[in-house]
Amino acid sequence: MSDIAFVRKEIAPMAPPPLAVGGILGWMRKNLFSGWFNIAMTVMSLALIALILPPLLRFFFFDAVWAGDSREACLGASGACWPFIKAKFGQLVYGFYPIAERWRPDIVFALGAILLAGLLIPRVPFKRWNSILFFGVFPIVALIFLGGGNFSLNQFIIGRIIPLAAMLQGAELFGLTLSFWLDFVVSSVLITAVAYFVANALGADGRFAARAAAALLIGLGAVLLTLDFDFGLVPVETRQWGGLLVTLVVSVTGIVTSLPLGILLALGRRSHLPIVRVFSVCFIEFWRGVPLITVLFFATYMLPLFLPGGLTIDGLLRALIGVALFSAAYMAEVVRGGLQAIPKGQTEAANALGLGYWQTMNKVVMPQALALVIPGIVGNFIGLFKDTTLVLIVALFDLLGQIRAAFSDPSWATPTTLFTGFAFAGVVYFIFCFGMSRYSMFVERRTSAGRRR
Amino acid sequence: MAEAGNVVEMIGVNKWYGQFHVLRDINMKVARGERIVICGPSGSGKSTMIRCINRLEEHQAGRIIVDGTELTNDLKKIDEIRRDVGMVFQHFNLFPHLTILENLTLAPIYVRQIPKKEAEEIAMHYLTRVKIPEQASKYPGQLSGGQQQRVAIARALCMKPKLMLFDEPTSALDPEMVKEVLDTMVQLAKDGMTMLCVTHEMGFARQVANRVVFMDAGQIIEANSPDEFFSHPQHERTKLFLSQILH
Repeated sequence: MSDIAFVRKEIAPMAPPPLAVGGILGWMRKNLFSGWFNIAMTVMSLALIALILPPLLRFFFFDAVWAGDSREACLGASGACWPFIKAKFGQLVYGFYPIAERWRPDIVFALGAILLAGLLIPRVPFKRWNSILFFGVFPIVALIFLGGGNFSLNQFIIGRIIPLAAMLQGAELFGLTLSFWLDFVVSSVLITAVAYFVANALGADGRFAARAAAALLIGLGAVLLTLDFDFGLVPVETRQWGGLLVTLVVSVTGIVTSLPLGILLALGRRSHLPIVRVFSVCFIEFWRGVPLITVLFFATYMLPLFLPGGLTIDGLLRALIGVALFSAAYMAEVVRGGLQAIPKGQTEAANALGLGYWQTMNKVVMPQALALVIPGIVGNFIGLFKDTTLVLIVALFDLLGQIRAAFSDPSWATPTTLFTGFAFAGVVYFIFCFGMSRYSMFVERRTSAGRRR
Repeated sequence: MAEAGNVVEMIGVNKWYGQFHVLRDINMKVARGERIVICGPSGSGKSTMIRCINRLEEHQAGRIIVDGTELTNDLKKIDEIRRDVGMVFQHFNLFPHLTILENLTLAPIYVRQIPKKEAEEIAMHYLTRVKIPEQASKYPGQLSGGQQQRVAIARALCMKPKLMLFDEPTSALDPEMVKEVLDTMVQLAKDGMTMLCVTHEMGFARQVANRVVFMDAGQIIEANSPDEFFSHPQHERTKLFLSQILH
């Protein structure tokens, strides 16, 4: 019986791997020439590169014109006409923004870049303050710098019922319309009082409601005061903005607002409250069912017809809202995909510990769900960034629009101007999109580092 | 009103999944410090019953009173009860994106509003008690099943619960790791924790339970002291069940 028993007396020693798997030759054999199909693919790829690369290099570098100050320099050349880009560069970045005022967008660009870098680089401290500055303060600063501020606010709430403006005969103090601010203060006090009594009547904490309302109104007041204040900046209408400036304003606003909105919509769609759910579903399906071009057309040309007379919304702002809501709907579905991948046990464990709905979402479900759908989210960001070119059709001149406008300048009409312009646009868009893509891969690696299962 | 000393009282509790009657007229009282083991064939409603106690499942008829508070639709009361009732799941349900220490301090910080420093001290105390303080900075995915389940027990203990619910805590573990988790639970029982355990570990039941409850088809068939339960089962169904699990 015991003659078939086997007992190992010692652990088998570790053996080294077979030779000739390392080295460049080994790598090439494994990755490029491992079979007839792979060999064919390698040869075809090399042929393709040989076919495409030389003409591209010739166009961009060897045959390109690098110096000159008019079309004459580029007429005979078969390569890119870089002096055209150089001459139009200011226009491509700022559009028709007054040349004397271009330091203002520069400041906004610099400020945005600094704050964004602080947010994106993990090692930089003060993330909380940084995000407050970027998401709360920066938009207002940018609005004032770019547009000039000094909004003439004249009615808040009571002013629409009682003709305060007429009664005060447009009196002003430091450039602020007195009637508006009187209106604002009185309205705020009334709203706070109403919040107090309504909350008390409903059996909730009246003091808390009043304090919350007051805090909100004071915040709103501070923002309005900053916007209303005359900083002495020359007003620049949004119609004069253009180029990369418009591209960035539209895409950054769209990106920054669509993610939180999308998260809320995704949560709403999974809510147990029927009204919230139905609203979210309708909202998402509506915006996903309509092409962005239609949205922009509607916002620009149809909306003014429906709005009451005298009420106008800035054209750029209308496009911004359209783009933000449109991309929020797409974002919602991406986020919902992530939410569905989180096991029910996670929510149950959080609930069993006594965490409420928002705490559970904030601390347990969302961090996991969002980490799962980073590729989808960034895909949406990139799509949105490129879709901003569609604002062209509602007479807003983004980067691409400015380039096309520059083509019509007869003093730069050469056979290669068109290609040069589009090549430049392609390079600029590629830099932004590729940057986002690489950053998302970095974040993915970071978030998954600790929890490889 | 609840009798003094009863941590859980279930009076005529019924629950349906659609047409399916999962819990049928459950009546049970759990005194403070009592340790109850619930067993029965799969689908008998054991898990559903204990999940009703912290409202992970809703009951549709009858009353459930936990520590003097009745479970109703009042969300505030549900959250209050959940704070005081710890739960350990079959699949651990640790939060994979947080370290072990963060798993333990999450609820104390955000639910009990204990300062972070203090919450971490409490967490380390309980990690030491479940004998894995050295794993504090790792992520759940880096731990073995047995270690994860011990972390889950420590996580529940960090909320200083008055009652612990165990939903088949050893069923998803490799056989080698069952003992370390059971040892932790025995230790907890010795410290006087009120415990409701759904488990098929009959050795554990013999060692720590005050009462063994046998369920089948959504009803409590038999409830007795472990000695009586194992040596003189009364009901035919209980005898059949025991003959199948005790070899």
